[in-house]
Amino acid sequence: NSGVVCLLRPLLLDVVPSIRQTAALALGRLADYDVELAEAIVKAGILPQLICSLPQENRYYKKTAAFVLRAIAKHSPQLAQAIVQCGALEMLVICLEDFDPGVKEGAAWAFGYIARHNPELSQAVVDAGAVPLLVLCIQEPEIALKRIAASTLSDISKHSPELAQTVVDAGAIAHLAQMIPNPDAKLKRQVLSALSQIAKHSVDLAELVVEAEIFPVVLTCLKDSDEYVKKNGATLIREIAKHTPELSQLIVNSGGVAAVIDCIGSCRGTVRLPGIMTLGYVAAHSENLSMAVIVSKGIPPLCVCLLEEHEDHIKAAAAWALGQIGRHTTEHARHVAVANVLPTLLDIFVDTRSSEDLKTKASGFKALKNILQKCTYLPALEPLLHEAPPTIMKHIIGQFSKVLPHDSKARRLFVTTGGLKKVQEIQAEPGSLLQEYINTINNCYPEEIVR
Amino acid sequence: RAIDEDRKIKYEAAVKIQRWFRACRVRVYLRHLAKMAVLIQKWWRGYLRRKLFKGIVETAYYIKKQEFYNEMAVRIQKTWRGYYIRKYIHNYYALKKYLRAVSVNNELVRHELQEFAEMKENEEKMKDLEKKEKEKKYRARKMHYLLSTEQIPGIYNSPFRKSPDQMELLLQKSKPLTHRKQQVKNPVADELYGWPTCKEPPAFIKSLPLLPAGRQKPQGPFRDPAEVLQQRYKPVEPTLRVRESMYSPPAKAREPSQRKEWKDPIHDNEFLPFSSYHKKYEKYEPSLFKSDKYGKEAYGTKYFREVYPKKWIADK
Repeated sequence: NSGVVCLLRPLLLDVVPSIRQTAALALGRLADYDVELAEAIVKAGILPQLICSLPQENRYYKKTAAFVLRAIAKHSPQLAQAIVQCGALEMLVICLEDFDPGVKEGAAWAFGYIARHNPELSQAVVDAGAVPLLVLCIQEPEIALKRIAASTLSDISKHSPELAQTVVDAGAIAHLAQMIPNPDAKLKRQVLSALSQIAKHSVDLAELVVEAEIFPVVLTCLKDSDEYVKKNGATLIREIAKHTPELSQLIVNSGGVAAVIDCIGSCRGTVRLPGIMTLGYVAAHSENLSMAVIVSKGIPPLCVCLLEEHEDHIKAAAAWALGQIGRHTTEHARHVAVANVLPTLLDIFVDTRSSEDLKTKASGFKALKNILQKCTYLPALEPLLHEAPPTIMKHIIGQFSKVLPHDSKARRLFVTTGGLKKVQEIQAEPGSLLQEYINTINNCYPEEIVR
Repeated sequence: RAIDEDRKIKYEAAVKIQRWFRACRVRVYLRHLAKMAVLIQKWWRGYLRRKLFKGIVETAYYIKKQEFYNEMAVRIQKTWRGYYIRKYIHNYYALKKYLRAVSVNNELVRHELQEFAEMKENEEKMKDLEKKEKEKKYRARKMHYLLSTEQIPGIYNSPFRKSPDQMELLLQKSKPLTHRKQQVKNPVADELYGWPTCKEPPAFIKSLPLLPAGRQKPQGPFRDPAEVLQQRYKPVEPTLRVRESMYSPPAKAREPSQRKEWKDPIHDNEFLPFSSYHKKYEKYEPSLFKSDKYGKEAYGTKYFREVYPKKWIADK
């Protein structure tokens, strides 16, 4: 702070190479530590001097310079923009073309941090011609270089479909897919995240990713010992499943649903979230697919998630997924109801603690409504009758009024469990839907019982 | 006057009667006319309707037939649609089969994944075990002095035990470690290049490797060590071409001429640096007489005809 930057500046232009390198290293470490120092460095106009002599320097200097750029770029988009405006991107591309893997790693890392912030910066990185070089870097044997290149590609392609298309056009998907079976955990994390960022934008990109024959191999990632590898694998499957029913069908056919369910069962916390959403998306497309999810024993883990998890958004996701499974036909709703999950959903909806999080309440409510509209499994509906608020009560009573006129045993059960009494206690405005349902129910029974 | 009035009355009566009679006649005539008009209209209308009747009957018949056909068509379409959808689109049995297949596939996948996870765990365990073994062996090598001798039993070989301890056996097997050669470490180099991928610091040798202090000078006409070291560690003075990097302006300027040379070479023969170079490449071809299935025959090169000095006559 105390003029250190001004002192270091002339050292950068010194004759002896090792002084230059040490000065650059010092600048890099300063910028890495604190945002204000990074801004001071940019304001002092050191960057052009750092970069101008870069092509002639040796590899240690290039590595240090890449370190400085990356340390500055990581703090904020404005600093990254300043770096781009100095013309640093061309120099970094020259570094990427160098033979030494350390230099390439530094350059790729700097690109990654620049491209991370927003789409314009990513576009600038792509325009500098970095993407083909990054794809070449991925093919190099050093694991650290592969990791960094994969993470940079992931950062570039996450912003928009055009950028993802550029990455795909450079032929990245085949190489990324080849690296999935690699034993290194961090590399797998980055590769899976890159593929999922590519696949999330559109159906064509997702199909391209699937055509790279990832399918049985990705399932082994779901069994990895590293939590984040599991999470990224589940994210990749989710991004593929959410586009069309055909892709979800593909996932079901290759046994992906079973693997995802096992993965949910074995993890705890936010790692479960992509897996839960995958099940929701698959079940949402069609009733055959949701039947497939039910058949693969998907409902028990979701119930367990609902009960165990403390985080609101995971509960909301689990509730949403259950709603998607149960909303198609009575069969599906029956499977969901048999798993004894409706009281839990009701609790989530009614609970005052989750009243701040509208998402939880809204998703719980919608899920409950969707399932109830198709549920004809009366033993599960009865406990709800006693506790439900009026908005839900309407649906429950509606279901009862649909089933009771036809089933005598159910009628007897309804009376003996005190359901009829409860129905009488409900007050509804005459002429409303609720009153009609109540009338239908009352009509099923002889007069004395009703009174 | 009474006759006048009488005549008037009779006259008026006659007028009345005549009037009445004429009115009757006119009325009858009008009635007749009306009747005739009605008759004509009746016949005309009947004629027209009879003409149209055929058309009406045909249309009604046609409509009735169409209704009938529509009914029948609806019946056919109803049964066909039910059949088709139940067979192909919402095929219940196919769905059941598919779900069963899905669950079977899931079982397979789960099984395989379980095996894979177990294999991975086993690998990890093996790696851990190997590491531990290595560590044990290394420690045994380091502590080889704890081995028991004839006089003094070692730590692991108590006289009260029936057989010596595992460690004892390990110590017996292990080879003691030798002194590690002293490595020159440049402290400055360490600081600068502490990155994992940068393995070799630049060779700035500031201090020479230290020889032991009380070393006797080796006998013989050896050169002064300082001179030797100076010659050995003279700093590299690379040529101008090597010193410049690939991207500097002179290098770039040289590039087009290099390319041109590559493009139009003067001759294509390989450049042979020395005149006797080609001679080295002249391969020796062994003669057919002396080469055999199992290699060169020794006769002719290693030995010639057998010599029997006892049979020689000349010296006797």
